[in-house]
Amino acid sequence: MTATPSRHPGLNLGRAHQEAHDACEVLVFGFWVFMMSDLIIFGLLFANYVTQLDALAGGPGPGELFEMKSAFLETLLLLTSSFTYGLASYCLKYRHGRGWLTAWLGVTLLLGLAFIGFELHDFYKMAGEDGVPSRSGFLSAFFALVPLHGLHVASACLWMVVLMVQMLVHGLDTGVKTGLVRLGLLWHFLDIVWVGIFSLVYLGGLA
Amino acid sequence: MSDSQRQSDTIDENERRRELGSYLWGYGLALALTLVPFALVAWSGWPRVTLLWAIGGFALVQVVVHFRFFLHISLARQKREDLHLILFSTLILVLMVGGTLWIIFNLYGRMVPELLP
Repeated sequence: MTATPSRHPGLNLGRAHQEAHDACEVLVFGFWVFMMSDLIIFGLLFANYVTQLDALAGGPGPGELFEMKSAFLETLLLLTSSFTYGLASYCLKYRHGRGWLTAWLGVTLLLGLAFIGFELHDFYKMAGEDGVPSRSGFLSAFFALVPLHGLHVASACLWMVVLMVQMLVHGLDTGVKTGLVRLGLLWHFLDIVWVGIFSLVYLGGLA
Repeated sequence: MSDSQRQSDTIDENERRRELGSYLWGYGLALALTLVPFALVAWSGWPRVTLLWAIGGFALVQVVVHFRFFLHISLARQKREDLHLILFSTLILVLMVGGTLWIIFNLYGRMVPELLP
């Protein structure tokens, strides 16, 4: 007898949650289809950004607009939130109690909100230095790519709040469990997209 | 407690440890793969092209680390449909991104050479 075979991407709830585990197989596959299509959107926005790198039209470029310190902080916040979401899924699977689960979800939510806060602050500062979407092809491409990721993180935060409320109202039923598994996939996926953004946009621009 | 019950508890315990370890390893590796490129860009003073290759390499490895340790995707234990979907999406992505870059930079070369990097 070997370990439980994996039935879908992400943490499998396993035999101890048989009903939710069965429900996850179809739900997570559907969600994975959505995420792969999202990956194509981000991939094409990355390609678009690369084609616009030198289309500055006399406006400010990466060297003037980007700050390594805030990009670094945002990276650490999002990476740590991906890890704490992992711990939340771990507590869900091994029934460490609703207290721990809520605590890790809360930490993840705070890290996500802090990330969005820093990002908004960056955009605000950029706007003060003539870095607005209509300034150049480069800035249009930047504002199509990076804020779309921020919007995804904001929606994921909203989803997390909804799930936490559902958990309070309904308890940890199958619907809430499968929701948490799917949100986990989205959350980890968004961190992967951010790896592309900090590498290509920020580090590539400042190198 | 029956023998099979005890056996399945041991399996669950192994699975629990492996999964916690997976998140810890993933976090540690991803952290290292983040710190190194930031440090290189901040302090190394390497030529720009070398830096770009290094950043790209670290990013690629980090993406694999995230898929493996956080999304638990490994080629061996995957359901066929999941693997097919990932491979097909990657194929589409490579075609569309590669095609975009090829066409647009070819166009720049013919019409607006100042936009070439």
